[in-house]
Amino acid sequence: MAIPADAPLTTVDGIPLKVSLARALRRDKIKSLLLVAPLFVFITLTFVIPIGDMLFRGIEDPIVSKYLPRTAAELEKWDATSDELPDENVFEALVMDIKAGAPDRVITRVGKRLNYEQPGMSSLFRKSQRRIPKLEEGPYKDTVIKLDKKWGRITTWQLIKTFSPPFTAGYFWAALDLQVTPSGDVEFQDQKKRIYLKLFLRTLYLSGVITLMTLILGYPVAYLLATLPLKSSNLLLMLVLLPFWTSLLVRTTSWIALLQRQGVINDLLVGVNIIDTDNRLSMIHNATGTIIAMTHILLPFMILPLYSVMKTIPPSYMRAAISLGAHPAAAFIRVYAPNTVPGIGAGSILVFILAIGYYITPALVGGTSGTFISNFIAYHVSVSLNWGLAAALGIILLGLVLVLYLLYDKIVGIDNMKLG
Amino acid sequence: MLQAKVIFYYNTGRLINQSLNFITNGDKGMLSKPNSLISRLGAAAVGVLLAAGGTAAIHAQELVVVSWGGAYSASQQKAYHDPFMEANPGITIINDDSASEGVAKLRAQAEVGNVTWSLLDAIAADTISLCDEGLIEEIDHDAMLAPAPDGTPASEDFGALIVSPCFVPQIVYSTTFGYRTDLVETAPTSIADVFDMSKVPGKRSLEKKPINNLEWALLADGVSADSVYDVLDTPEGVAQAFAKLDTIKDQVVWWTRGAQPTQLLADGEVVMASAYNGRLFSAIEEEKQPIAMMWDWQVFDIDGWVIPKGAPHRDQVVELLRFATDTQRLADQSKFISYGPARASSAPLVGKHADLGIEMAPHMPTDPNNAKTTLLFNYEWWADNQDDLNEQFAAWIEQ
Repeated sequence: MAIPADAPLTTVDGIPLKVSLARALRRDKIKSLLLVAPLFVFITLTFVIPIGDMLFRGIEDPIVSKYLPRTAAELEKWDATSDELPDENVFEALVMDIKAGAPDRVITRVGKRLNYEQPGMSSLFRKSQRRIPKLEEGPYKDTVIKLDKKWGRITTWQLIKTFSPPFTAGYFWAALDLQVTPSGDVEFQDQKKRIYLKLFLRTLYLSGVITLMTLILGYPVAYLLATLPLKSSNLLLMLVLLPFWTSLLVRTTSWIALLQRQGVINDLLVGVNIIDTDNRLSMIHNATGTIIAMTHILLPFMILPLYSVMKTIPPSYMRAAISLGAHPAAAFIRVYAPNTVPGIGAGSILVFILAIGYYITPALVGGTSGTFISNFIAYHVSVSLNWGLAAALGIILLGLVLVLYLLYDKIVGIDNMKLG
Repeated sequence: MLQAKVIFYYNTGRLINQSLNFITNGDKGMLSKPNSLISRLGAAAVGVLLAAGGTAAIHAQELVVVSWGGAYSASQQKAYHDPFMEANPGITIINDDSASEGVAKLRAQAEVGNVTWSLLDAIAADTISLCDEGLIEEIDHDAMLAPAPDGTPASEDFGALIVSPCFVPQIVYSTTFGYRTDLVETAPTSIADVFDMSKVPGKRSLEKKPINNLEWALLADGVSADSVYDVLDTPEGVAQAFAKLDTIKDQVVWWTRGAQPTQLLADGEVVMASAYNGRLFSAIEEEKQPIAMMWDWQVFDIDGWVIPKGAPHRDQVVELLRFATDTQRLADQSKFISYGPARASSAPLVGKHADLGIEMAPHMPTDPNNAKTTLLFNYEWWADNQDDLNEQFAAWIEQ
């Protein structure tokens, strides 16, 4: 049977080959999707949704609008930049709001929220929740101000107005050491309260140093692992993995015992008269302590990707380079090292991203100069309960990691990375 | 880890709620296409999560009591929980040692509407904050708690220690100083010596927070105790306190956990340290470390019980609370740990240490010999100012 040249190819049952092929492929695709589905659902339910929800707190700020709705609405009409207090309507709205919220004791929550921004708000709202419901008919303005003179200050009202919208960029400004003035301008915080920018920079800097240290220490070890005979390299691999399986806390506290002023290393140095006992080295409760302990803890994350890449580089490359007349050092630098770049990239990015979010180790050995931004996130989650600020700091940290990842992709290329 | 735990807690609860919504709302959302794969997987996930959530609420009479762990929880177990369980065989008390994360965890539980804690042990300042947020119950002290043996109502017996309407005081503890007797030439005798590098040279350890340290700095700087908070209320006063702290800043090792200062002292890392008096007691009397107490301007603080709103088995909890805070029980606890009972009527009943056999009264922060100069810190003032001063303090430390 002659087939016209332009006729589409068909299978035996007359279905065009393309369609048939697509069908077969679709079945495969569905199969693979089905296999992935459980993990996908699991990750969405336990990871994406909750973390997204937590991060959402960085911009949502429902407290004032929820518990003082009338006041927030009335304040819309008030010019925050004027030198005059809001009028009687606003005060009446405030009294109504507090009377409505007082039985459930929710007004104090407004105080708690506003106290993050301005000291004194906590007690103001606590007192108002107790006293304002007892007020008789208005006019309220003078009686409320008499109750607490803070109600007679323009700054109090500016604050309430600033935080009336249900969404805020305020946490982000705070996380970047900025604040919003009543007129809507953004300016730097008071010098003595600036802290987060410095901590972000320090976190990046120390994480960079730690990454570099793990690379310097890990590279030769990975090289040995990849080139030694199997028997001895297996033993070496065990030595790398053993601390990896040891509890993080145990390893951190061991470093305290080693590094402290009355610790093993200092005792040793004093014992052999390298330093005298009054000049013991301060190697812990500062940035040095953080770098040493974290370099040790994160070392396996550098060694393992490096090792897996080096393992795949045929030893014949080096031999070929040397037999062609290259000095062994030149052969190493120009032939071997470039081949390990995917491992360096993978190890560095792994160590750096892990380091940037660490907080137990810095908290234990970091003192004041070795703490990370994550220590403050933990502080705001568990102590100050300022989850909005914690979320904003977390988002910025996440953003930083993503930016670095993109930079890495741009410079080295993410295809170049090999994790194992 | 804490952060992860909090988030995890938060997730689990919220997911269970969402799952419940799916079921109660009938065929909305995922379940609307009964045959699709996603819906089946969703249903399976819901089933698993419900099963996980369900296990939390099986036994009808299990009270989860959250406290600080270690020697402190042990003292509560012996003085309160064991006798209570003996008298009420149907009730089992389960200890949860997460009080140090109590505020954050309770908030997470309340947000997802799944409170599993029956009773929480908290410090007074946190109680004010929790009460402000409406996360814990208000207590009617006279109706819910036992009167003193002589009939004095509970609210009078506890007196000024009831710093928040949600709070049932339990112990009075103090933050004070300990020093290494063998490492200092002249023993420190006053708070001014803590700031005097020439009289007592060497590193010292202070808690990494402004509370207490600012007050001590002002007291050492000659401000009278009555006017400490008036001075601190002005920016100049705060600056004065920080300036005083500046004089020893480079010699300070900051601690964050209660066990650290005594460890630093024992290791000889510092020559003196602020610490909770109970920790110092156990380092001195139980571990026989060469440490002595310096009680000048010890700062009293109060620790006690709160009932979370929506706590399971509330009736039994109130019974436990009434039992555990009566005059005899509070005195009993001091046999096991050197913290002062919060009731005035318990003080005469304080006896000997259960294991060491030494009289406990001289080791109590409230003992007249120890309490010549004391400060009860101003909770109201700190509730207002802690957010601001914590920031300033953190920034000051980083400078």
